[in-house]
Amino acid sequence: MFPSCSLLLGTLRGISIIVPLPSSSCTGVPRNVNMEKLQTGYLFPEIGMRESEHTQKYPHARLIRLGIGDTTEPIPDIITSAMAEHVYALSTVKGYRGYGAEQGNMELRMAIAETFYRNLGVKGNEVFVSDGAQCDISRLQQLLLGSNVSMAVQDPSFPAYIDCGVIVGRAGNFQEKTGTYDNIVYMKCGPENNFFPDLSTTSRTDIIFFCSPNNPTGYAASRQQLQQLVDFAKANGSMIIYDSAYAAYVTDDSPRSIFEIPGAKEVAIEISSFSKFAGFTGVRLGWTVVPEELLYSNGFPVMKDYNRIVCTCFNGASSVAQAGGLACLSKEGYQALTTVVDYYKGNAEILVDAFSSLGLKAYGGKNAPYVWVHFPGMSSWDVFNEILEKTHIVTIPGRGFGPGGEGYVRVSGFGHRERILEASMRLKNLYK
Amino acid sequence: MSVMQQLSSPISSSSSAFLSHSSFNSRSKNVSVPARRIGICKCVAVPQEAQTAYTTKVSRNANMAKLQAGYLFPEIARRKAAHLLKYPDAQVISLGIGDTTEPIPEVITSAMAKRAHELSTLEGYSGYGAEQGEKALRAAICSTFYSGLTVDQDDIFVSDGAKCDISRLQVLFGANVTMAVQDPSYPAYVDSSVIMGQTGQFQKDAQKFQRIEYMKCTPENGFFPDLSSVPRADIIFFCSPNNPTGAAATREQLTQLVKFAKHNGSIIVYDSAYAMYTSEDNPRSIYEIPGAKEVAIETSSFSKYAGFTGVRLGWTVVPKILLFSDGFPVAKDFNRIVCTSFNGASNIAQAGGLACLSPEGLKAMRDVVGFYKENTNIIMETFDSLGFKVYGGKNAPYVWVHFPGRNSWDVFSEILEKTHVVTTPGSGFGPAGDGFIRVSAFGHRKNVLEACKRFKQLYK
Repeated sequence: MFPSCSLLLGTLRGISIIVPLPSSSCTGVPRNVNMEKLQTGYLFPEIGMRESEHTQKYPHARLIRLGIGDTTEPIPDIITSAMAEHVYALSTVKGYRGYGAEQGNMELRMAIAETFYRNLGVKGNEVFVSDGAQCDISRLQQLLLGSNVSMAVQDPSFPAYIDCGVIVGRAGNFQEKTGTYDNIVYMKCGPENNFFPDLSTTSRTDIIFFCSPNNPTGYAASRQQLQQLVDFAKANGSMIIYDSAYAAYVTDDSPRSIFEIPGAKEVAIEISSFSKFAGFTGVRLGWTVVPEELLYSNGFPVMKDYNRIVCTCFNGASSVAQAGGLACLSKEGYQALTTVVDYYKGNAEILVDAFSSLGLKAYGGKNAPYVWVHFPGMSSWDVFNEILEKTHIVTIPGRGFGPGGEGYVRVSGFGHRERILEASMRLKNLYK
Repeated sequence: MSVMQQLSSPISSSSSAFLSHSSFNSRSKNVSVPARRIGICKCVAVPQEAQTAYTTKVSRNANMAKLQAGYLFPEIARRKAAHLLKYPDAQVISLGIGDTTEPIPEVITSAMAKRAHELSTLEGYSGYGAEQGEKALRAAICSTFYSGLTVDQDDIFVSDGAKCDISRLQVLFGANVTMAVQDPSYPAYVDSSVIMGQTGQFQKDAQKFQRIEYMKCTPENGFFPDLSSVPRADIIFFCSPNNPTGAAATREQLTQLVKFAKHNGSIIVYDSAYAMYTSEDNPRSIYEIPGAKEVAIETSSFSKYAGFTGVRLGWTVVPKILLFSDGFPVAKDFNRIVCTSFNGASNIAQAGGLACLSPEGLKAMRDVVGFYKENTNIIMETFDSLGFKVYGGKNAPYVWVHFPGRNSWDVFSEILEKTHVVTTPGSGFGPAGDGFIRVSAFGHRKNVLEACKRFKQLYK
């Protein structure tokens, strides 16, 4: 809380630096109280800030970034050439295109349905192309669903689910002691329950966020587990928001889409992204599937409202990114991308081996580009700091993903191979 | 009337009630598939036995139910598509949705192509960008549009367009603020406010939402609201040059507006997406007005300057000294929203934006803007010569034509039916838009000339 009408210049080591101002300098517009409920900045920029501080402290250190899950390998030529070709066409009378359909280019929507949902009954018109999963989470949480629905998340989970829920006023107050928000149901996922929540002890909520393969734990739910989840949602009349952004990383038999589970179309929305599949983290392209069968309690189709949101609060993903997306889903493009995904999976394997060889329990890594390393009894921020300070490797403290992440550190498999090997060596030296 | 009956009846020229959400009652399980932009509205009839289709127990967001119909521009697209079905050989000319038509200058597209190719190289590949936008672009926007106005480059947040920014701002403000809009105005301001729960119920008789303050802008008041009769609202949306009226506020008027906001402790959200269309001496940025930095956010876009309607690039300025009532900087919360609910504009679009702001790019953009302005002149002259009262056009790519006493959807339908030209009915922008038609000047020159020829035939 600030004294009325003062200017916050910044914070230094957690202390706010405030300058009083003449009261005429403030507007009379109240700050959104929900913003106040956010405890800190968003997780990943915070990691970015720590990185910068560290670089300033050790300007000659060769920092290895295994924190923020940022892709590093070039996008295959066939895809970038398609984007360049589209761009050149925009300079011609024949090829120029203005506004695209807000739901996305129909050809791309159908290609997504055909590539990822073949035989699963998902149609092109149920696919809404976007500028990425993070933006879709916001559109779903903050605009579509509103503040009067309850939500459950896995614990740990990708922070945007909770943060967007807080911002729209759904989360209630934050409890320092437990590190949880009053009105959110946290479904613990750890080795003790095979990274799948005990649904028999989970309270009913309207919305259930579920990410598989999971960020940050790397765990991919089994068919049987997802059937349980769908049945649970069905019995409770809940809606699953299923995040399948890492589906391309599945190695074994685990489902890649919630729609592989019978009955899922009546209870689930699925979000996904080209970011980690195609290196499109900067290009910005993703999609959300809202099945026709998914209905609100009054019978109103969710898809109709989502379409309205997309037409009103959004104006479509960049046509250039969409041209790239289409090329990604061509035979040659898809094959080229599989090679890149395999490369990152190889990285994850190296990291799993490195930690395991040190006697540490390293989860994930098999079906996801993240390795979830257990440091029992330790504060994850302390481990993060120690690793950063002593090996100049950036990771992410598990606590950033929720209280269930305490005692873990997430290590991302995105990086050039030689950096991963170097990191592996430094970690072995630190913990031998 | 059941939904099925409504959908099979001819599309009426009155308000698109058949597409309104109120036509969906709780018993109806007939699902209409959302129309494609150029397709038709497809109806999926559900057989009797499926009437017991499973529903979740999740309540629909009550705010969505308050929206009266679909968003305006997809509605226009639906009408156009239906018209095309009816007259498959008609040469339909679109002067409705403000969609740019002229190719993007090569200096800009080559920069984008270059960036695309670089993403395939080790040295040139980049992943996540700063959510606030690339530094070089923020700096270029600052020096191009805000030179001499003490706006800093880190006050600038690059985005995927003004429409998206408007919603992010609404998420930022939350449900417990009141807002004022010009009447008529760009529909996204009101619609996003409804979705956020700021507005209360729609009042059918007045055609207004209860808790929104509608600031009438008509020929009688020179398209600038009489602020002395406007109650206080937390947020004031103001667009100049205006969509749809084309009116550009004067320095004096904007000074009044800033004073008004200051006096009431309000925040202005100033939409300057058409600033480059200004011919006359009117301000191009709210920050030209002293004191504006303490009361205003400005949002703008590359859409109508660079033909980036499909490429997607815009920006919003949130000055550091803009503070909530408790002193908390608005920019800090906006930054949090941008980091949490967004992930930056496409890097390729941003490369294009940077090229737009090079000397060559700027000249190229001015040329295209000049082209559309010439279209606007042609349209203005046409309606003027037919004896209509014509507004806007000088400082914006929109012409606001008065059809006194007539229902604007009826005029829209008449024009469409008789000349195969798509326009936009004024009431789509608010109740004070009724009696007006917005004619957009985005189009190939030959289409604009042909449309004008047809107008002359219809209204001679």
